[in-house]
Amino acid sequence: MSTTQHDRPRLSTAAAIARLYPYAKPAMPRIYLGMVAALLAGVVALAIPLVLQQLVDGPLSSGDATLVGPAVVIVLVLGVLEAVMIALRRWFVLTPGTHVEARMRNALYAKLQDLPVAFHDRWQSGQLLSRAVSDLNLIRRWLSFGLVLLVVNAVTIVIGFGVLVYWNLWLGLLFLVCSIPLWVYGYLFEQKYSVIARRAQDQQGDLATAVEESVHGIRVLKAFGRGKHSLLKFADQAELLRATEIEKARAIAGIWFWLILIPDVAFALCLLGGVALGAAGQLTPGELVAFFATATVLRFPVESIGFLLAMTYDTRSAADRFFEVMDETNAIVDPEHPVTITAPVGRLTFENVVFRYQDAPADRPGTLDGVDLTLEPGETMALVGVTGSGKTTLTALATRLYDVRSGRVLLDGVDIRDLSREELRRHIAMAFEDATLFSTSVRENVLLGRPELAGDDPTVRAEADRVLAEALEIAQADFVHRLPDGVDTTVGEEGLSLSGGQRQRLALARAVAARPAVLVLDDPLSALDVDTEALVEAALRRVLATTTGLIVAHRPSTVQMADRVALLQEGRITDVGTHSELLQRNEHYRYVISSLEDEELAQSEREDRELRLAEEEGRRREAVDRESRVIEREGEAKR
Amino acid sequence: MSGTTVSGVSGEERDDFTKAESRQIRARSLRLLGSLVRPVRGRVIATMGVIVLSTALQVAGPALIALGLNEGLPALLERNDWMPIALIVGAYLLTGVAGASLIAVFQIMSARLSQAILLDLRKRVFLHTQRLSLQFHESYTSGRIIARQTSDLDSIRELLDSGLTQLVSGALYMGFTAAALVLLDPTSGLVLAAALIPLVALTRWFQVRSQKLFRQTRVASARLIVQFVETMTGIRAVKAFRKEGRNEQHFGELVEDYRHANARVIQVFGIFDPGLVLIGNVTVAAVLLTGGFRVIDGALSVFTLLSVVLYTRRFFDPAEEMAMFYNSYQSAAAALEKISGVLEERPSVPDPTTPIDLWKARGAVHFDRVRFSYNDDTVVLPRLELTIPAGQTIALVGTTGAGKSTLAKLIARFYDPTEGAVTLDGVDLRKLHPKDLRRAIVMVTQEAYLFSGTVADNIALGKPDATRDEIMAAAKAVGAHDFIESLPDGYDTDVNKRGGRVSAGQRQLISFARAFLADPVVLILDEATASLDIPSERLVQRGLQTLLADRTAVIIAHRLSTVAIADRVLVMEHGQIIEDGTPEELIAGTGKFAQLHAAWRESLV
Repeated sequence: MSTTQHDRPRLSTAAAIARLYPYAKPAMPRIYLGMVAALLAGVVALAIPLVLQQLVDGPLSSGDATLVGPAVVIVLVLGVLEAVMIALRRWFVLTPGTHVEARMRNALYAKLQDLPVAFHDRWQSGQLLSRAVSDLNLIRRWLSFGLVLLVVNAVTIVIGFGVLVYWNLWLGLLFLVCSIPLWVYGYLFEQKYSVIARRAQDQQGDLATAVEESVHGIRVLKAFGRGKHSLLKFADQAELLRATEIEKARAIAGIWFWLILIPDVAFALCLLGGVALGAAGQLTPGELVAFFATATVLRFPVESIGFLLAMTYDTRSAADRFFEVMDETNAIVDPEHPVTITAPVGRLTFENVVFRYQDAPADRPGTLDGVDLTLEPGETMALVGVTGSGKTTLTALATRLYDVRSGRVLLDGVDIRDLSREELRRHIAMAFEDATLFSTSVRENVLLGRPELAGDDPTVRAEADRVLAEALEIAQADFVHRLPDGVDTTVGEEGLSLSGGQRQRLALARAVAARPAVLVLDDPLSALDVDTEALVEAALRRVLATTTGLIVAHRPSTVQMADRVALLQEGRITDVGTHSELLQRNEHYRYVISSLEDEELAQSEREDRELRLAEEEGRRREAVDRESRVIEREGEAKR
Repeated sequence: MSGTTVSGVSGEERDDFTKAESRQIRARSLRLLGSLVRPVRGRVIATMGVIVLSTALQVAGPALIALGLNEGLPALLERNDWMPIALIVGAYLLTGVAGASLIAVFQIMSARLSQAILLDLRKRVFLHTQRLSLQFHESYTSGRIIARQTSDLDSIRELLDSGLTQLVSGALYMGFTAAALVLLDPTSGLVLAAALIPLVALTRWFQVRSQKLFRQTRVASARLIVQFVETMTGIRAVKAFRKEGRNEQHFGELVEDYRHANARVIQVFGIFDPGLVLIGNVTVAAVLLTGGFRVIDGALSVFTLLSVVLYTRRFFDPAEEMAMFYNSYQSAAAALEKISGVLEERPSVPDPTTPIDLWKARGAVHFDRVRFSYNDDTVVLPRLELTIPAGQTIALVGTTGAGKSTLAKLIARFYDPTEGAVTLDGVDLRKLHPKDLRRAIVMVTQEAYLFSGTVADNIALGKPDATRDEIMAAAKAVGAHDFIESLPDGYDTDVNKRGGRVSAGQRQLISFARAFLADPVVLILDEATASLDIPSERLVQRGLQTLLADRTAVIIAHRLSTVAIADRVLVMEHGQIIEDGTPEELIAGTGKFAQLHAAWRESLV
């Protein structure tokens, strides 16, 4: 169930990871220094056996006690040096690593905010979250730990082999030959492991999605008592992840086996060869000791390769996942040379607008199939149509939450794609049906569209208070004054939970406070009770007297706020006129909006139905009669 | 969530715990850990057995080399006898193969073990958050629960993944090496023992410092996740109101906090790790010093000294791994503290301990002197006495904030009354078996949440074992069938992709179909038709009329059209019922409802 696409040719691991370079670049000098420090630490560790050899062959063989002291001092100095180098490595590398992670995280967040709504429709947010947290975490650790150790251990192994060869050519070569199977296995390992690593990360993202849904949909799950049921689904997914993780462990166990076995075999063979060479007098005991001491030092770097490779491949797929988002091309971007409307009057025009959702099958007509509609400055237009007719979609096109397939949307004669998105959304404000509030104060939520009113400057503050009070008054949101901290009460997810009607009123206040040239309201009063609705409508009329308004409406009462009504039917505007005009001339309109004769209608339909039922019943009886007559006749015939 | 206690999730964002609080938190984390390990203790022991063996085999290596050099070499030199060295090499190979195989086996076993524990923990946290009441969810926020179940579980996973291997193999390795060292040369053993003193001191320092810092990283990462989730969930509003820039700035601050907290942890570890290496290297020098003089005295063979030095070095080899283990342990401990806090939260709407079964509910609901308040200041329902006979359809009317939703939520047992009781067929809801409760009472709310999956899956939520025919029948009953059929894949359309985007009204229709399918005795509709257009609403109402014929229903709707199908209307204000009667009676009267109804009639044209 992952959202990945493998349309690009698969990069090599090195090339895939190299793409991180731009983010890691500022940290690279320190990473290089860290490598140097780590290398020095490795060299020092290798030098200690050298001193041991001198000691064994020198003073210990000759019995010269005076030289033991200096030799120990050298070992001590080298030991301290190693510790210092390790400290330096960490100091060089680790803090810059966290900066790289932070930079990537901010870049990802910015990119996600920039990507159009269509992208977010397609991607599950758990997958995004696991990229932003787990994957970037992994990349950071690899950069500051995996990469450094991988390079340093590889170099240490090469140098170590050199030293082994220096002690004895044949023993060194023996060691080298023995390690060849490792490289072969390492190559095979990559093939196998990368696939599993990627799968595990995707499944982790799916799991995060499941968690998110279970929390966001908690009310539904509780209402139906389906907590256990959703647990089963979640457990299935968690089980899948577990199976993948165990498969991963198998792969790692495979490479570990060889990484531990091969040095051991090499050791055993070298022991045999070493003793033989010693017996032949080609090696001093000191050299033998040094050889094994060196080989021992090499053990950790060799063994660590397996772990480091696994980490590298994990990082590779984390990087792939990161770039899947970063590579996403944003179709809804600012124009290169944005036009500015200095004094917007608010004429909004839809010109032969065609729109279909990205994934909609090609054989179906678009959601919007040639919409032509003009809102004159200051005019209020109600948009009416049955559920699913594309009203919300049309409103979303006005602020470029989606872009038209073909045709144009014009604001004061300017194609909205020629404006910067920032400017466009300053001119057109929206209130959504599902009123999203952010975890901040009522004040900030309402003044969201007026960032210039955020300062502490007294005049700005006074203006902010005025705008806030006005917007709250229009939306009939005086309940905020009864909240614990008034307009400074934190609402939204992390704050006080408000009822649907309360949230809707704040969302409406927010749209009003933005003081746009065009106000787009998507069924803004659906959760309000009749009294409040009437009050809001009266207040909104004042605002809409001077502002162009596009209002999605389901109720006759909302429609009445509008100067004209546009009827959306099968992707087109089929009729525009005043409410009473449409009522008079358009049957579909009456069907959609009128509930006056609801009871009468229902009554006549009931009668119709009963009549129909009676007729059906009559027909059924007749049929039964006919049938029984046939059976009787057949029975007689048989007899 | 006051900062004065540390039980449950309160005080979660603090990092300045007193000793007693720290102890309390540690105890509950350990209890959780213990309860996770207990069911798999057999496997823990088996896994440990494997690692003991394989470590012992690895430690045998240097001893065999020393043996080879001490015995094999002289035998070859003096008697030209290949036998001893061949035997020793053979033994070395054998231990090598066995050791490597055991390590591989151990890898798999430990993965199985840690994955079993993780799965257990995942399920527990998931189920527990499902059990916790809405009140908890409303104050704790979804972002933080998500953080608990993602990034916190990640750090526990890390500990279990590599940490356990590191700990067991590292500790055993050190233990065996130390034992071998003592056997070979007790004097060097003493030197090693002396080295333990600074080792313990350093570790303790690290523990104290890192614990606090790790807690800060957990808090910082949770905040980051909360902001991230909120942005992605509300992306439309973010874009419409140009919040991107401000969000970026805020998120940048949270990222920086997290980065800073992380960097500080890493810095502390950056002192701990080289500190261990330093202690190790100094010990090697000390062993060399004491051993060197004894070799010259003739008390010790050169080769024994070699082995002793090798052992000493190897003793400290896993020190880095142990440090890393300790690091991930501290990180996981901080996460475990948070998770155990969530698990410690008792649901304020708990399942009954001795549930009463109600196989066949009739649907009579009674509010017995019910008082409800979220906290001491705001009383929502002062004292409610209400009897709803089985089969009655009630319309609940009143202004926003009158307590209608609260009343509905009390029937659905989203909350429990502060005082008094709500009963179904005379059984207190608090004592009713949760299964029977949920089967009997279903609530449809205004926010119609759709889960990822197909349309059919979403309807089937009302009855998981429903057949396709049943699902379609439910959809037909609420008039959702036509639009579902027009989706690209009909009932199998994934609501997240391929043109599966449905409008708010359509979502409500789906959630209605869900409720129809669930077929409860008591149905509560809280503003469930708000987003429907009039034709759809008409269809739903027609469906409702048939559905509600033999069941109890409570309908909250601002649109009074719903009232037409009600047997009885209750008008609420300030948590009290001010009018109660049949629609006809109330409309004919002069009360609040008559006014509302007149206003509503006027609004229809």
